[in-house]
Amino acid sequence: MIPVAFDYVRPSTVDEAVAALAADEDAKVLAGGQSLLPVLRLRLAAPTVLVDLGAVPGLTGVRLDGGDLVVGAMTTHAEVAADPLVREYAPLLAVAAGTVGDRQVRHRGTLGGSLAHADPAADLPAVAAALDAVYEVQGPSGRRTIPAADFAVDLFTTALAPDEVVVGVRVPAAAGWATHYEKFHRTAQAWAIVGVAVAVQRSNGTIGEARVALTNMGPVPHRARDVEAALAGAPATADAVAAACSSVAVGTDPVDDLSASADYRRELARVLTTRAVCRALGV
Amino acid sequence: MTSTIEPQVGAARKRKEDARLITGRTRWTDNIALPGMLHLAILRSPHASARIASIDVSAAKRRPGVVDVFSGADVRDIQGSLPCAWPVTEDIVHPVRPPLADGYVRHHGEAVAVVVARDRSAAIDALEDIEVEYEPLAPVLDLRAAYEDTGLVHPDKGTNKSYTWVFDSADAGTGSSVSDAAAEVTINRQYVQQRLIPAFMEPRSVVVDPGMGEYTIWSATQIPHILRVFYALLTGVPEHKIRVIAPDVGGGFGGKLQVTPEEMIAFLAAQRVGKPVKYTETRSDTMLSAHHGRDQLQDITLTATRDGTLTGIHVKLIANMGAYLGLVGPGVPILGAFMYNAIYKVPAYRFECVGVFTNTTITDAYRGAGRPEATYAIERAMDELAVELGMDPIELRRKNWIKAEEFPYTTVCGLVYDSGDYDAATDKALELFGYAELRAEQERRRASGDPVQLGLGVSTYTEMCGLAPSRILGALRYAAGGWESASVRVLPTGKVEVVTGTSPHGQGHVTAWSQIVADELGVAFEDVEVLHGDTRTSHKGLDTYGSRSLAVGGVALVEACRKVRDKARVIAAHMLECSPDDLEFTGGAFRVRGTPDAARTVADAAFAVFAAHDLPDGVEASLDADATFDPQTFSFPHGTHLCATEVDTETGHVRIRSYVAVDDVGRVVNPLIVEGQVHGGVAQGIAQALHEEAVYDAGGTLLTGSFVEYTIPSAADLPTIVSDRTETPATSNPLGVKGVGEAGAIAATPAVVNAIVDALRPYGVNDVPMPCTPERVWRAVKRGGVA
Amino acid sequence: MSSSHRVRVSVDVDGTRYVDDVEPRTLLVHHLREQLGKVGTVVGCDTSNCGSCTVLMGSADGAQHSVKSCSVLAVQADGASVTTVEGLAGPGGELHAVQQAFHELHALQCGFCTPGMIMSAVDLLRDNPDPSDAEVREGLSGNLCRCTGYQNIVRAVQSAAAALRAQAELPEEATV
Repeated sequence: MIPVAFDYVRPSTVDEAVAALAADEDAKVLAGGQSLLPVLRLRLAAPTVLVDLGAVPGLTGVRLDGGDLVVGAMTTHAEVAADPLVREYAPLLAVAAGTVGDRQVRHRGTLGGSLAHADPAADLPAVAAALDAVYEVQGPSGRRTIPAADFAVDLFTTALAPDEVVVGVRVPAAAGWATHYEKFHRTAQAWAIVGVAVAVQRSNGTIGEARVALTNMGPVPHRARDVEAALAGAPATADAVAAACSSVAVGTDPVDDLSASADYRRELARVLTTRAVCRALGV
Repeated sequence: MTSTIEPQVGAARKRKEDARLITGRTRWTDNIALPGMLHLAILRSPHASARIASIDVSAAKRRPGVVDVFSGADVRDIQGSLPCAWPVTEDIVHPVRPPLADGYVRHHGEAVAVVVARDRSAAIDALEDIEVEYEPLAPVLDLRAAYEDTGLVHPDKGTNKSYTWVFDSADAGTGSSVSDAAAEVTINRQYVQQRLIPAFMEPRSVVVDPGMGEYTIWSATQIPHILRVFYALLTGVPEHKIRVIAPDVGGGFGGKLQVTPEEMIAFLAAQRVGKPVKYTETRSDTMLSAHHGRDQLQDITLTATRDGTLTGIHVKLIANMGAYLGLVGPGVPILGAFMYNAIYKVPAYRFECVGVFTNTTITDAYRGAGRPEATYAIERAMDELAVELGMDPIELRRKNWIKAEEFPYTTVCGLVYDSGDYDAATDKALELFGYAELRAEQERRRASGDPVQLGLGVSTYTEMCGLAPSRILGALRYAAGGWESASVRVLPTGKVEVVTGTSPHGQGHVTAWSQIVADELGVAFEDVEVLHGDTRTSHKGLDTYGSRSLAVGGVALVEACRKVRDKARVIAAHMLECSPDDLEFTGGAFRVRGTPDAARTVADAAFAVFAAHDLPDGVEASLDADATFDPQTFSFPHGTHLCATEVDTETGHVRIRSYVAVDDVGRVVNPLIVEGQVHGGVAQGIAQALHEEAVYDAGGTLLTGSFVEYTIPSAADLPTIVSDRTETPATSNPLGVKGVGEAGAIAATPAVVNAIVDALRPYGVNDVPMPCTPERVWRAVKRGGVA
Repeated sequence: MSSSHRVRVSVDVDGTRYVDDVEPRTLLVHHLREQLGKVGTVVGCDTSNCGSCTVLMGSADGAQHSVKSCSVLAVQADGASVTTVEGLAGPGGELHAVQQAFHELHALQCGFCTPGMIMSAVDLLRDNPDPSDAEVREGLSGNLCRCTGYQNIVRAVQSAAAALRAQAELPEEATV
């Protein structure tokens, strides 16, 4: 199909982009377009103007800023997955970015775009939540930050104002954590039925701090803080991990849909979280 | 003068077709751009069942770039009804199926109105301005409820049952009655053949150029010849004023074996506006509107004696036709009727099939068409019988199958299997598979309570190919014959043009036909051109489906070549001043027996014919010949497929660990092509077992309307297949060939599901419904039985 | 509505620069096929699944990567360089190693997915010149094929990889 006709602007600064968004309530940001363009082609949305961030300098790349890793919003998944700094200081993000879509999608799709789209089945919002990431956003009144945990408020709905754009993602640099992203899907192309993002510290056979967040177990990413607490200080053994993860689905709100039922998703979350933590720990 | 030529049949010749396809110099229908060409967009019903209260196209007509907008009411008197060429019973209920809905819509996606515009964007934009007022009706969706006539798809017909078709070996005199069969053991099972979508990669496209009353139609179809006949019958335009071209066609798998609403709508549009028009569907259109496949409820009963000897098979089918009858849709389950007995010796057989309407997209041929369904049911049930008897599933099959020395063998359906060697294929497969080692590993995993269990599945199949003997098709009430045609013409310089009535769309006919001609006429492979898919050059043919092209069209080609050779022999004898009887055709030339240096080639004869200065008396100046071959019987490829699956009992995830396919497709013309067909067929068979299902919601909306929801497997989802062959030539045709297009899709599905169920036997599981998604497998484990 | 203004787009496709005014909603693949006549690149779906439309795209002077040209707007390709299957062969028509391997190993049947599959394979081998079979399968998971079961495609990509590695090891003057 062909999208409904729209106008197109290609600002050269974030301020111009924000102004364009503010000028038209039916304007829509175009980042990598890998979620947006299929939606437009199917005519499931009909924005009046697309504001393409592709020509705004300074929105791509990765840098270290104090104790944080800062990833530009327009950095592609392929770039994130391959970036040496990300691999060093946020390996979970690198690994998970490498599971998004397929090669072609990863060449165009961007970190900021994926987070702002807030698809509950998308892999990176849960990863960002697990990593205590903070989103840097810019609007008419300047910049502010939104913690990942507060960013998604519902299906495809975020705390972002219509005239705000995500410009970067700030992740506490955390070298030495063991991480794993477990993505369970029916086919390689399919969205995650359930995804589990895990980062754990380990010292002398004991689990230190742990971070666990789930993809597609509700309208927004689910940070499993009870499981994290149960893991912290537990012995790094399969049995202890399984015990700590047994209640991971408590408090989740997964959907029943074509690809899986809610009760199956809950069971998968338990099994996959256990496996993901064990995998990260190498036990 | 002439050198000995390497035999081409049997050689792994690389394909002539590839050069264009790998460089992008392709001729897809959607590539066609004609001067003044207009573009179509079609408005489709969002409802599964509704009365159309009104349609207002006036606003759409006023839009810039729009040339015409029309709906069913506007073409009521001329649009006719789409054809069903296989009314399988005399009293079949066959509702009118207008290309554009007229008064009622009966499935989601049915065409309702058409925009003709200067470009595609304008046409699509204008769809939004067509106002249709629907009065929704309660749709009939559940197949069993439809069978019970709970709600009617076509109220004027008074029933949802289109036909009831019965075969009983006692009535036919081909066996005894199932009611008399010894039944020391009885296995009764119900299986669901889920609805599938053929999902050829090239969306369908059609261009109609109305010319000056001489219509040229390009269509992404498998059946240009059949389509032309129906265009003539449906439109009243004389057949000789209609030219149908199937240019490069991107896959079909039965899905382009149809006379479609879109083809007729494009014709009507071109007629109305007097200009060339093009309609290219989107993938969403394909999913909604191109016919679906399978969708049957199967009830199969096997009876056997305690020693494992089959005594009877009784099959009851409910086959979902969708909202109307497709071109050959009613016949699809009937093709399966002759395959439930598979490779087994069984004395009694009864088959009953009821074709039923529902408010869904029509079903019709999809790779295997009836035979995969049959093979699935019998091969699944054989495993259940093996479990019941405590026998190894392969030994049970071996006990019942026809032995090599028993061919030709007349089955309980009355078909004569001409050749085969089931032991040879199975033994080879078992060796490649490492059956004993895998069974040992399975035991170890079971003993240790491994959450990942191993299962082994077998499928020993046969199929009937080479559709088909015309007299049998006639007896089955099919509207056309099953012959195929070929023409061979030798050009003055010795190059050869071949015209075939088959219509390839990925099968490599140009390459394989060149190999056959090279051997038959002693010319170089490179010196053969194969023309197809254009009714102006290929005036006669019945096209490509049902693994028929080589077994029927290839044989026609051999016969045409031999006629040419006979002509050439007379001319060569004249040139060599000997009797034709003194010549033998070896090494690519006619040679005088005992004096092999005295030789003339077909090319020599061709130039002599061209000059025509000195032809023998009574010989015409032509080295051309036509042949039409009508097979006397079907061909029966067979094989044994083995699958090992690792089943994660905690998540339900299934991984195919190894897959072995040993197929016997008779004589092989090109092993590269045969292997490719096996790979692709197996992939589709695996996809039915694991991945694919067309799903409607409770309101009749197709939920699997794109590749997001209808999950066809990618490279990352499929295993590497070990494929090998045995070769038992068919005795029913001079090439010894059997056909290979559908074999993989037939064999793979039961092999995979048998393997999954085998893995889960310790959990009390005896079935997992297809597709065996992780969730269904997990549920089966959890419930310890049927999911 | 459709009154949106056209935007000038300058794009280098297979070595030729094209400057056109396009509607912003025009997809790159439609621009290639309908405006530029590059019909070798095809459309197989509308949800960015099938990958039939895959081309290589990059900034004019930068590295090119595989993209699905149905999920890129033509206006986003302004200033970019694009390589389609039609521009892959050498100046004398000599086939790219991937094209050659697809032919040699019967990695195509109907050929509809082939342009996208070839372009994806070319991209994969630039990143990973010596992939495992599993890496090939994963790397091509954005391209659907209904005919081949992918097996000969995997073989062909491995064969092309070997050929490209051998080419890379040749001394400079021996390469074309």
